[in-house]
Amino acid sequence: MGPLIPNGLIPVEWNYVIAILIGMAFGYILEASGFSSSRKLAGVFYGYDFVVLKVFFTSAVVSVIGLYYLDYLNFLDISQLYVQPTYLWAAIIGGMIMGVGFLAGGFCPGTSFCGAAIGKIDAIVFIIGLTIGIFVFAEAFTFLEPLFNSSNLGHITMVDILDISPYWFILIFTIIAIGSFVFSDWVRSKVKKVFY
Amino acid sequence: MKGKKQKNRHVYWNPYFGGFLLGLLIIATFYLTGRGLGASGAIKSGVVSMVHTVAPTHAENNAYYSKFIKEGESPLNNWLVFEAIGVLLGAFLSGALTGRLKLKVQHSPKISSRRRLIFALAGGLLFGLGAQIARGCTSGAALSGMAVLSVGGFITMIAIFGTGFMVAYFFRKNWI
Repeated sequence: MGPLIPNGLIPVEWNYVIAILIGMAFGYILEASGFSSSRKLAGVFYGYDFVVLKVFFTSAVVSVIGLYYLDYLNFLDISQLYVQPTYLWAAIIGGMIMGVGFLAGGFCPGTSFCGAAIGKIDAIVFIIGLTIGIFVFAEAFTFLEPLFNSSNLGHITMVDILDISPYWFILIFTIIAIGSFVFSDWVRSKVKKVFY
Repeated sequence: MKGKKQKNRHVYWNPYFGGFLLGLLIIATFYLTGRGLGASGAIKSGVVSMVHTVAPTHAENNAYYSKFIKEGESPLNNWLVFEAIGVLLGAFLSGALTGRLKLKVQHSPKISSRRRLIFALAGGLLFGLGAQIARGCTSGAALSGMAVLSVGGFITMIAIFGTGFMVAYFFRKNWI
């Protein structure tokens, strides 16, 4: 039963080989979907291109349905999967800083790798910026530590806090995602086209 | 093909197809490794490794770097670093097969390359800082977090995009 590597069904030595293969698929999918173009990515915030929203929500819906289905079929133990711990204020403030960074820089880390790989100089500069930002964080860690470690809610999921069946949550989430696709197409038809 | 209006030259995948494949990839990643995808973690390993090489004592005394420094092992010896190398290879392959490899600065005709690069640097800086505070970026926290219904994943996603919409007005000249 999965996950395979933590349960010793695939030897640990394969870990990095798998990492490179998964990374390649990740990079290929992002680039082929247009995520190497900052102007395409920024489109979601101005209503001229919703590729970010569509790819993001489609993958979220597909992955959550797939993981819970594998769990239902007993191919995978979902409780063994790593759930990122929730540090409430760190997630909100960190997310807000990333939001400003996204609009200023036009990339997020994963997409900047894709941009850099096909020769976008702005993406390479963005990666240099990332490096500096992480360096600044580490150097200022004593100052930021209270925020970083505050409001730890543990490894909680939406199922824990909403106290509903995961299947209901996934159904509602899927409906919201489909609604957002319809809405985004409607917005796009109203907004002036941008060519890039 | 007749009567075709001005179109964007790039031909990309249908976003639902890309999203579907990405979803399958996330399932496969969790199924194999028990964890999700990531991106900013690789840069973090790079920073830790650089600082540890240049100023070892400083890195060991810093409460953040020291979390990632292990005796006799490079911080670069890390799953996310290998994954990031894969991302570069995969994106390069896709760009090469579709003829998108080109060294250039992409920017709106309304702004100069210089302005674009300054904003890219500042944006990267903020993104790097924010990703450390939130313990992950759009890939690690939002995309992979949402796949396992992590509350933090949803909050980070809403914070990134909510703030993006709020500040979009101030950056409009750069994009539209």
